[in-house]
Amino acid sequence: MSSTPSSDRQADPGTGVTTPEPVLSVRHLRVEFPTRHATLVALDDVSFDIAPGEVLGVVGESGAGKSMTGNAVIRLLEPPGRIAGGEIRLAGRRIDDLAEDDFVPLRGRHIGMIFQDPLTSLNPLFSIGDQLVETLRTHLPLSVAEARERALALLREVGIPAPETRLDSYPHQFSGGMRQRVVIALALAAEPELIIADEPTTALDVSVQAQILALLKRVCAERGAAVMLVTHDMGVIAETADRVAVMYAGRLIEIGPVNAVIRRPRHPYTEGLMASIPALAERHARLYQIEGAMPRLAAIPPGCAFHPRCPHAAERCAHRRPELMPAGASLAACWLHDPEDPLPRRAQEVAR
Amino acid sequence: MSRDVKSTVESPPASPPPGRLRTFLDSDIVYSWQRQPVVIAATLVTLAMFAGALFAPWIAPQNPFDPGQLDLIDAFTPPLTRSEFTGTFYLLGSDSQGRDVFSAILYGSRISLLVGFAAVLFALVLGTALGLLAGFRGGWRDALIMRVADVQLTFPSILMALLIFGVIRGLLPRSMHAEVAIIVLIVAIGLSDWVQYARAVRGATMVEKHKEYVQAARVIGLPDGRILFQHILPNVLRPVLVIGTIGLALAIIAEATLSFLGVGMPATQPSLGTLIRVGQDYMFSGEWWILLFPGVALLVLALSVNLLGDWLRDVLNPKLR
Amino acid sequence: MLAFLIQRVLQAIFVMLVVALIAFSLFHYVGDPVLNMLGQEASEADRAELRAQLGLDRPVVVQFWQFVANAARFEFGISYRSARPVTELIAERLPATLELAVISAIFAVVMGIVLGIYTAIRRGSWLSNVIMTVSLIGVSLPTFLIGVLLIYLFAVELGWLPAFGRGEVVELGWWNTGLLTASGLRSLILPAITLGLFQLTLIMRLVRAEMLEVLRTDYIKFARARGLSRRVVNLRHALKNTLIPVITIIGLQLGTIIAFAIITETVFQWPGVGALFITAVRFVDIPVMAAYLMMIALVFVVINLVVDLLYYAVDPRLRVQGGAR
Repeated sequence: MSSTPSSDRQADPGTGVTTPEPVLSVRHLRVEFPTRHATLVALDDVSFDIAPGEVLGVVGESGAGKSMTGNAVIRLLEPPGRIAGGEIRLAGRRIDDLAEDDFVPLRGRHIGMIFQDPLTSLNPLFSIGDQLVETLRTHLPLSVAEARERALALLREVGIPAPETRLDSYPHQFSGGMRQRVVIALALAAEPELIIADEPTTALDVSVQAQILALLKRVCAERGAAVMLVTHDMGVIAETADRVAVMYAGRLIEIGPVNAVIRRPRHPYTEGLMASIPALAERHARLYQIEGAMPRLAAIPPGCAFHPRCPHAAERCAHRRPELMPAGASLAACWLHDPEDPLPRRAQEVAR
Repeated sequence: MSRDVKSTVESPPASPPPGRLRTFLDSDIVYSWQRQPVVIAATLVTLAMFAGALFAPWIAPQNPFDPGQLDLIDAFTPPLTRSEFTGTFYLLGSDSQGRDVFSAILYGSRISLLVGFAAVLFALVLGTALGLLAGFRGGWRDALIMRVADVQLTFPSILMALLIFGVIRGLLPRSMHAEVAIIVLIVAIGLSDWVQYARAVRGATMVEKHKEYVQAARVIGLPDGRILFQHILPNVLRPVLVIGTIGLALAIIAEATLSFLGVGMPATQPSLGTLIRVGQDYMFSGEWWILLFPGVALLVLALSVNLLGDWLRDVLNPKLR
Repeated sequence: MLAFLIQRVLQAIFVMLVVALIAFSLFHYVGDPVLNMLGQEASEADRAELRAQLGLDRPVVVQFWQFVANAARFEFGISYRSARPVTELIAERLPATLELAVISAIFAVVMGIVLGIYTAIRRGSWLSNVIMTVSLIGVSLPTFLIGVLLIYLFAVELGWLPAFGRGEVVELGWWNTGLLTASGLRSLILPAITLGLFQLTLIMRLVRAEMLEVLRTDYIKFARARGLSRRVVNLRHALKNTLIPVITIIGLQLGTIIAFAIITETVFQWPGVGALFITAVRFVDIPVMAAYLMMIALVFVVINLVVDLLYYAVDPRLRVQGGAR
C-alpha cells in the first residue's frame, strides 16, 4: 500500500492531464466501512484528475467502487462509510478536510450530482418549479420571480416542451426521461464546475438514453463544466467520455484516453472487460468471459486484487500491489508494465 | 447429463455438518443477544419472574389465598419489618388483611402470566385457524373473516376486551362470575387479539398456496387438510411466533388493566392488576408499599417481556422493523 | 374526488351499521331488558305491557330498524342501573372526556412529532438514546400504572397537583368546562399526561422510523447534493414526506385516546363517559354499553374519514392526475 508521490503521476504525459490546475484532483483516496466483523476498505488508494470541461468516465462492475468515488467526492457516503485517507482538491482547494457546514455550500454550487434513478430523485410532494426555485435561491441572490424565470429558462434548455405549463407540475406527472431532464436542470441550476453523474441513464429506456447523454454532454460543454460519468456501460463511455478510469475491487487499475483504453487496454482486467462487450468485440467468434468473480470487499486478496483471475499472474502479483505505471498512452496498475522488470505475458492474447 | 449426476455422487463428502448446538451458538440470534446487555438483563429478569411465578407455592412465605394463613393482627406491617405481634417477617410489608405483599406478588404474577400465555395461545390458535381458512379457501369465507377483522381492528383491543367481557358476563348467571373470571378474561383478551394473527397467516398462506410444492401436493391428490397442516402451516409459523412474542407483553398488560378497572380478577384471587387497584386505596394513608411493590413488579415484568419481544422480532424478521 | 368521497362515506355507513347490529344484538340477546327494568317481582301483565311498550313483541327486523332510527337521533333508551335516559347520562359527562382527550391529543401529537424528528436527525446522540430508552418504558407500561405512579409522586409525595377529580367547573350553556379555572387546569395536567404518554411514545417512534426511512431516499440525497441546507432538507423535504404516512396512524391513535380515556378516567376518578362505561360493564348495563359503543364507533369513523381527506389534500400523487407516463 505504499504510494508514489502524487507529483510522479501528474508529471506523466501519458495521462492526458494537461492543465496544471485540474477541476478535481483526487489523491490516495481511501474509504472505509467499519462493520460488525471488520473494517471494509471500499476505496483503496484511488488517485485521478479531471480537467476543466473534460468528461472522465468511471467504469467497473457493481461493487468496484465507482459510485463510492463520486459519493466520496461530494461527501454523501452512506453511513457508516467514511473517508479514511487521501485528499480531494476542488480547483486546487482542499475540500475533504472542510467542516460539514463549510462543505454544504459547495454542493450544487461547485459540485453538482445526478443520480441513477430519475423516478426517485425528485421529491414527489413538491412541484418541480418549487424544487428549482429553492435550489436557485439557495445559491444565487434571486427573488422568487427571478428564480422562476431562471427555472423556465433551465427547463427550456434541457428540452422540456412548453415549460410554462409544466413548472407547477409534480414529478409523477413526468415520464422517466423527462424527469431525468429535470434532474439535470436541477444539478446544473447554479452552474457548478463539476458534475458527478452516477449511472445517469441506467434506469431509462434505451431509446431515451442517447438523448439524455447528448443533453448532458451539450449542457456541460456549454458551461465548461467537467463531468465525472460513473457507469458500467462501456458503450456510454465510448460515446461520451474523453478519458476513462477503470475500477476493480475498490482500486483504480487503469486510466487513459478513451480511445487508447478501448483499442489497446493495458490491464488484463480491462482487456477481459473490453473483450466481453458485444459491440466492441464483434470480430471475435465468441464473447470472452473473465473466469471467476470480483472479490467481495471482505475478501480482497493481497498483492494485485485481480491476480487470482489473471491469465498472466506471476509470483510477485500475489505479494506486491502494483502502482499505476505508464503503459502506452495510459496508466495501468499491472506488473506487465513494470518499467524496470516487466512481467512476461503468457501465450494467449485476449483483445486487440 | 448422466456424467454430471455421477460426478456429484462420487464427489467426496464435504466437511461434516456442524452440530445443531454449534449452529445455534454461531447464529445471529446468539450474537445479537451477547452484544446487548439490555437484552441479557431482560432475559434474566424475565426468567427470574417466570420462575418466581411457577414455583410460588414453594418460594412464598405464605399462601395469600388461604384465609387460615393470614393474621389480621399483622395488617399494615411495613416492609423489612418483623411483626411485633406474631413475629412474622414481612419482606415487602403486609396489606389490610395481614397478607404478605411479597407472597401476593408471586401468586399474582402467576395469574398474570397464566392469563397472558393462555390468551396469547387462544388468539394465536384462533387467528391462525381463521387465517389459514381465509387464505387457503378464499371466496366468501375469506371475505367474511376479513370484514369482521376490519371492523374489529377499528377499535382498540382493550375496548374490545372490555366489551366481550361485559357480554360474556351478561350471558352467564351472576353467581358464576367470580368462579369463571379467569376463563372469561382469557377468552375476552384472546378474542380481542386474534386479528393480527389471522391477517399475517392469511397473507403468508396466500403466498405459499401458489408455490410449486403446494401445487405439486395438490396434483398428487393430497387432501386439503394434510396440505394445510403438513405443508403450509410450518411455513407461516414464523410471523405468528413473532407476533406472539410481542403479544405476550400486550396480553399481560391487558389483563392487568382489566383487573385494575375492576372487571378482571376478583380481590379474592388477585392478579398484579388487582393488587394495584386494591393498593391504590392505601396510597393516601401512607401504606405505600401495598401499591408500589406490585406496581414495580408489573412494570419490570411488562418491560422485560416487551424488550425480549422487540429484540426477538428484530432478530427473526429485520423487515418488520 | 367525488367518487373517492362517496366510496369512503359508504364504507363508513357500512361500519356503523355493523356496529349497530352488534349493539342491537346486545340489547336483544344479552339478558332480558324487561326483567332488568322491572325486577323479579313484577307481574306477567306488567311485563307484557312493558314488552309492548318497548316494541319487543314486534319482528326482529322491525326492532333493528327502530334501533337504528333511534340511534340516529341519539336515543338509546333508559339505563338499567340509574333509570335515567342514556343520552342524558352521556351528554352531561361528554365535555369532561372530550376536554381530557383533546388536551392529551395535542400534547401527544406535538411532543411526539418534535421528539420523533429530533431523535431521527440526531440519531445516536446521547439525548436521543435517553429519549428512546425512556420511550420504550413508556410503550411497555400500562396506562393505569403510569397514572397511579404519577399520582403517587406528584399528588401524594410532592403534593403539587390534585390526585383526582376535575377541579372547579364552569357551566357554559350545555357545556361544562374545567379549562377556565386554575383548579380545573391543575386537575387536568396529570390525567392528560397519563392519557397522552402512550400515544406520544408511539407517535414519536413512528415519526422517527418514518423519518429515518425518508432520510435514506434518493430524493433526500439529491436534495443534499443540490446544496440545500441541512435545515431545509430535514424540516422541509424530509418532514413533509414523513408526515404523510404518519397522519393515518396519528388519526387512528386519536380515536384510541378516547377509548383509553376509560382507564385514565378510572384512575383519576374523572367524571367522563369512560368511567360511565366501566360501571356499565361491571353491572351489565346494556343500554349504556350499546350507546358508548355506537359513540366510539362514530368517533372512529369520522376520524378515519377526516384522515382520508387530509391525505388527499397533502399528497399531490392522489390529488393531481398523472400526465405523460
